[in-house]
Amino acid sequence: MEHTQNNQPGTPGSGPTPAAGSDRSAWPLWEVFVRSKQGLDHKHVGSLHAVDAAMAIENARDVYTRRMEGVSIWVVESKYVHASNPDEAASFYDPANDKVYRHPTFYDLPDELKHM
Amino acid sequence: MSLIELESTFQDKVDQDIRIEPKDWMPDAYRKTLIRQISQHAHSEIVGMLPEANWITRAPTLRRKATLIAKVQDEAGHGLYLYSAAETLGTSRDEMIGQLHSGKAKYSSIFNYPTLTWADMGAIGWLVDGAAIMNQVPLCRASYGPYARAMVRICKEESFHQRQGFEILLVLSRGSEEQRRMCQDAIDRWWWPSVMMFGPSDDASPNSELSMRWKIKRFSNDDLRQRFVDICSEQVKLLGMTLPDPDLKWNEERGHFDFGPIDWEEFRNVINGNGPCNKERLAARVKAHEDGAWVREAALAHAQKRAAKEGQEAA
Repeated sequence: MEHTQNNQPGTPGSGPTPAAGSDRSAWPLWEVFVRSKQGLDHKHVGSLHAVDAAMAIENARDVYTRRMEGVSIWVVESKYVHASNPDEAASFYDPANDKVYRHPTFYDLPDELKHM
Repeated sequence: MSLIELESTFQDKVDQDIRIEPKDWMPDAYRKTLIRQISQHAHSEIVGMLPEANWITRAPTLRRKATLIAKVQDEAGHGLYLYSAAETLGTSRDEMIGQLHSGKAKYSSIFNYPTLTWADMGAIGWLVDGAAIMNQVPLCRASYGPYARAMVRICKEESFHQRQGFEILLVLSRGSEEQRRMCQDAIDRWWWPSVMMFGPSDDASPNSELSMRWKIKRFSNDDLRQRFVDICSEQVKLLGMTLPDPDLKWNEERGHFDFGPIDWEEFRNVINGNGPCNKERLAARVKAHEDGAWVREAALAHAQKRAAKEGQEAA
C-alpha cells in the first residue's frame, strides 16, 4: 500500500497499514473490537500485529481484556477497513443537515396530549 | 484549501477541544512531534519492564511475585497501545523499534538506574509510577484522538501499580530495623531521578510552548513537578520516612512545598547515554529482539503455509 508521511488517509479510528519501506516480513496489522458484555455492541479498542486471525484474537485477549473487559472479540485485518473521507465531511453529510423534521421534537403538539 | 487555511482550521478545532483523528489534516510538525513523543513513551514502557524483571524471580512471596508479573505485563501492553497509536501517524513498528535499538530514539532516563534491593520495587511503584501518572492523566485529554484513548486505558491500569508500590514500602516501614533502612535507602536513591522525570524546567524547555498550543501538553513541566513534590511530601509521612532534600519545606505564602535545586548535569548525562545502566538496558532489548527473530519468522511462515493450504482446499 502506498503511504506517504504527509496526511494520507489510513484506516478509521486506528491507523494505516505499516508505512512503505517497512520490513516486508512485518506481521500484518489488525483492528480489534471488543464486546464488553452480552447485549452491547462490539467497540473498536485499538490495533495490533499478528500473523493470522487466530493469533490476533489471542493477542487481543492478552492486550485488551486482561481485566475482564470483554466477552467477545472481533479482529479485522486493517487493510480491509474502508472509510469515509473527513475532508469531504461537509458535502458527504449534507443530505441530513437540513432535515430537522426527522426528529420528534420538530412537531408542535399540545401538552395535554399524553403517551406520545 | 491553502496551507494557511488548513492550519487555521486545524488550530480552530484544537482550540475548541475537537479531537484530531488519523485521517484529518494536520501540520507536519504536529505529526512529527507526536510520533517522537508517543514512540518515546512506548519505548519507556518497554524498557521500563527491565528494572523490575530483575526482581520477579526474587520476589519475597508468591503474592508479590504474581503482582509484579501482572505489572510488568501491563507495561508490555502499554507499550503496545502506544506503538499502535504512533502507527496511525504513518510510522511503522519496525522503524520505531529500529530507532530504539540504534540509540537514536530516547526513553525515560529513569530506567537507566539500577534496582539494587527489593525496596526498589516499592519506590518505583510509588515514585516512578506516581510521577508517570501525574504526567499521563492530562494526556488523556491530548488533542490527538488515538493517543488520548491509549492514555485513558493506561491511566486506568496504572493506579494499581502505584498502590502496590506504596504497599511494599508500607510493609517495610513497619518491619525490622534493617527493612526500615532498606526502605529509606530506596527512597533516597529514587527521589531525585523521579523529580527529574518531569523534564527540564520551563525556561529550558523550548518545545513546550508549541505543545501547549497544540494541546498535546496541558500543564508545564514545573507545574506538574510542584504538584508531585507537594503530594509526595505528605505521603512520605505515612511511611515515617523522609525525602532526601534538606531544602524541602512548606511555604505558607505560596501554598506549596519549596524544594532544593535539581542536578540537571546528572539528568543530561543519563539522557545522553552515560547513566549507570544505559548500555545494559539497550543491550537487553536488542538481545531480546534478536533472540525472538526466529519465532517471528516461523510464525509468519506457518501462517503463510496454512493460508496456502486452505486456498488449495477451497479451489
